[in-house]
Amino acid sequence: MSLKDVVGRCEALFEDLNFNAVKQWKAAAPGRKAIGYMPIYVPRELVHAAGMLPVGIFGGGDQIEVIQGDAYYQSYICRIPRSTIELGLTGRLDCLDGMLFPSICDVIRNLSGMWQIMFKDKYVRYVDVPQNYDDSIGGDFYVHEMQQIREDLAKLRGKPITDDELRASIAVYNENRKAVEELYAYRAQKPWQAPTSEVYLVLRAGLVLPPEEHTPLVREYLASAQAEKRPQRDNARVVLTGSFCEQPPLSLIKSIEMAGCYIVDDDFVLVTRWLREPVPSTGEPLEALAKAFLHHSVQSSPKYDEKKEDKGKFLLHQYKTRGAEGVIFAAPSFCDPALLERPMLQEVLAKQKIPYTAFKYAENTGQMAPIREQAGTFADSIKLWSAA
Amino acid sequence: MTTPAMQPQAPTKAKPAVQKEDAMWLQKELINRNYHELATAHQAGRKVSATFVPGNLNELLMCFDFARSLPETNALQNGMRKKSGKMIMDAERDGHSEDVCTYVKADLGMMLQGEVGPTGDPLPRPDVLLLSYTGCFTFMKWFELVRQKYDCETVMLHVPYQGDGKISPSMRDYVVKQLKEKVIPTLERISGVKFDIDRLRQYMRESVKAEEDLVWTLQSAKNRPSPIDGYFGAVYYIGPIFTAFRGTPEATQYYRVLRSEIEQRVREKKGPITPEGELAEEKYRLVVEGPPNWTSFRDFWKMFYEEGAVIVASTYAKVGGVYDFGFRHDAERPLESLAEYCLGCYTNLNFPQRIDMICKYIDQYQADGLLINSIKSCNSFSAGQLLILREVEKRTGKPAAFIESDLVDPRYFSAANIKNRLESYFQMIKQKRAAALH
Repeated sequence: MSLKDVVGRCEALFEDLNFNAVKQWKAAAPGRKAIGYMPIYVPRELVHAAGMLPVGIFGGGDQIEVIQGDAYYQSYICRIPRSTIELGLTGRLDCLDGMLFPSICDVIRNLSGMWQIMFKDKYVRYVDVPQNYDDSIGGDFYVHEMQQIREDLAKLRGKPITDDELRASIAVYNENRKAVEELYAYRAQKPWQAPTSEVYLVLRAGLVLPPEEHTPLVREYLASAQAEKRPQRDNARVVLTGSFCEQPPLSLIKSIEMAGCYIVDDDFVLVTRWLREPVPSTGEPLEALAKAFLHHSVQSSPKYDEKKEDKGKFLLHQYKTRGAEGVIFAAPSFCDPALLERPMLQEVLAKQKIPYTAFKYAENTGQMAPIREQAGTFADSIKLWSAA
Repeated sequence: MTTPAMQPQAPTKAKPAVQKEDAMWLQKELINRNYHELATAHQAGRKVSATFVPGNLNELLMCFDFARSLPETNALQNGMRKKSGKMIMDAERDGHSEDVCTYVKADLGMMLQGEVGPTGDPLPRPDVLLLSYTGCFTFMKWFELVRQKYDCETVMLHVPYQGDGKISPSMRDYVVKQLKEKVIPTLERISGVKFDIDRLRQYMRESVKAEEDLVWTLQSAKNRPSPIDGYFGAVYYIGPIFTAFRGTPEATQYYRVLRSEIEQRVREKKGPITPEGELAEEKYRLVVEGPPNWTSFRDFWKMFYEEGAVIVASTYAKVGGVYDFGFRHDAERPLESLAEYCLGCYTNLNFPQRIDMICKYIDQYQADGLLINSIKSCNSFSAGQLLILREVEKRTGKPAAFIESDLVDPRYFSAANIKNRLESYFQMIKQKRAAALH
């Protein structure tokens, strides 16, 4: 496939709020099941090991008119739960046999119970993750949590999930994470060759495709992007942070790039990069997944930082290793995790004299002019400071 | 020993403009004395802890002789004293988003203004933040923010959410392990006091006495007329047990006094005491979901008692512990019991559990309907409350209404809007009653 074809395919998957790719996957073999999950992270290996398709449900974006979903939320609640309910109530999620709601904030937590009430015939599970990072404390708890999900899914498919199946799925996702990391490394190196507006679409495709299909797609995009000759601009290299749950509209990502910023790292669709090291695919699989979560997962606002000195470490790591020149805080309106975290991260950056700017968005934000202006001014100021 | 030596005093005899039950005055004295104790703690060589109301491990903290601060209580006290508005704006000027919890911003704003507490006494910097992460995501960020500012030691107690509507052995074991291996060793190290489990047991036995009398008091609202207001009045009743006094003889004494007052009111078939005197006629009995607004607390309450509306049960009165379905602290299995207490706090319950509880209240307290006071600051309570409203209406057939305000941000209290909605709601209840008669 050409670069245009790869990006076109990813864009079509991204825009399809009827989840036809999921329906097709299910129709390809009798008895197949699909399990939805919300941001920020669930161990998709468990779903995959059950022979089911994990499907990322990341809200309705800017293509869906939220009518029924608004009736469930006050004006001061973010948009992702209302567009997710809209997807559910309009039958777009009928292709899912269950939903997993990760521990990310109180809104998504409460949505898990709402889902239990509103979609009684579906499997619904709140996925708690430990905020204690000792193997014998948080690790034990998390293994129990995963074991419960494993048993639930086994019941749903009618037979137990074996350790070998789990190990095989761990290996499949290791490969997927490796491909995504290669893509991120390449983008950081040559962001003009792999713009974020495309990289993001490639990541989003992984929310509805099985990993066996997504991994080669990532590599295909990478190869096609490398082969393409694209002009390099004198843009400011930025890390974008705060967008780990409700996603910005694609036009917002494009606007930031058009305004003169190369996004060299971000926290979009973090589930694809949550575990930063390969998970051992030998030994006890749930323990391996638990250890990976406890010791090798991304630092993000929904997780507790045990020590004050840890605050902002991952963001600084992104900034330094990706050769960034500034940080953009882009958070959804009313997002408690991102907005409560923001002042602490800003303080860390200020101490390091790293420039930053901040704005809010909603997944259906339509007015891009203010964001373009702000990102453009930020890029200009970075270039001016660098020149000085 | 070590529990703050506070002898209960006779209720204040001065004739105030605002009417309160004797127990309310006693409660106020307890709270004020705690602020004084906090102000002088460091001078007296005592360490200071801070923790949250849901999942408040007061008995455990007392085992280490900590003076105990509760930042939510500080924020609400500042709200009631009309001080929180400026604090919130100061925090926003300092870079905190207008979208986030105003308890947090009131607390941070209070620090920016020089760390003077609601009563005018200085509030000391805590020596330890016990981050009991129970039923509220914001707690975690709140104490990370405080730690960032003050560099004080923080110990996390992660309390898993009841996503399946039950407490599994794994959840309980997880909390107990954290208590044994993280929380207790940290508190020992900071306080320099060795943990004595028998001392913990002793406090827990004391807690049970207060819990029994609190439950009796709250359930007295099943009487007609209700002798108490289970929301506006109950926020006073829950004060000692939800804050720095659970497990103390002072709390036991307070709840004994409270209970005897209410018993008297039941015998005399009297309604609740409001700030303007006794409610003469009970016209409406309501259940309320959600915290109150604190900045206009009296005005808010007045909108109810002026119309003869009494709140017979509220979910907010369970935010620091759900005792009315049988839970009591159990001195025979102290750490397990503390874990179950945290796991069972109201905002740690899942949606079906919350809805079941409200429906039970409507039935058991013979309420006319449900009122939801939806709080902008508090996603833990508020996200999804409109579904609660629909479900409760569907299951009970009783009318429900929805109003919006905030905890301590005076910018989000619109008296005229709330009053209009309440008046319409009372009309609706009347019509429903009339229709039922035909």
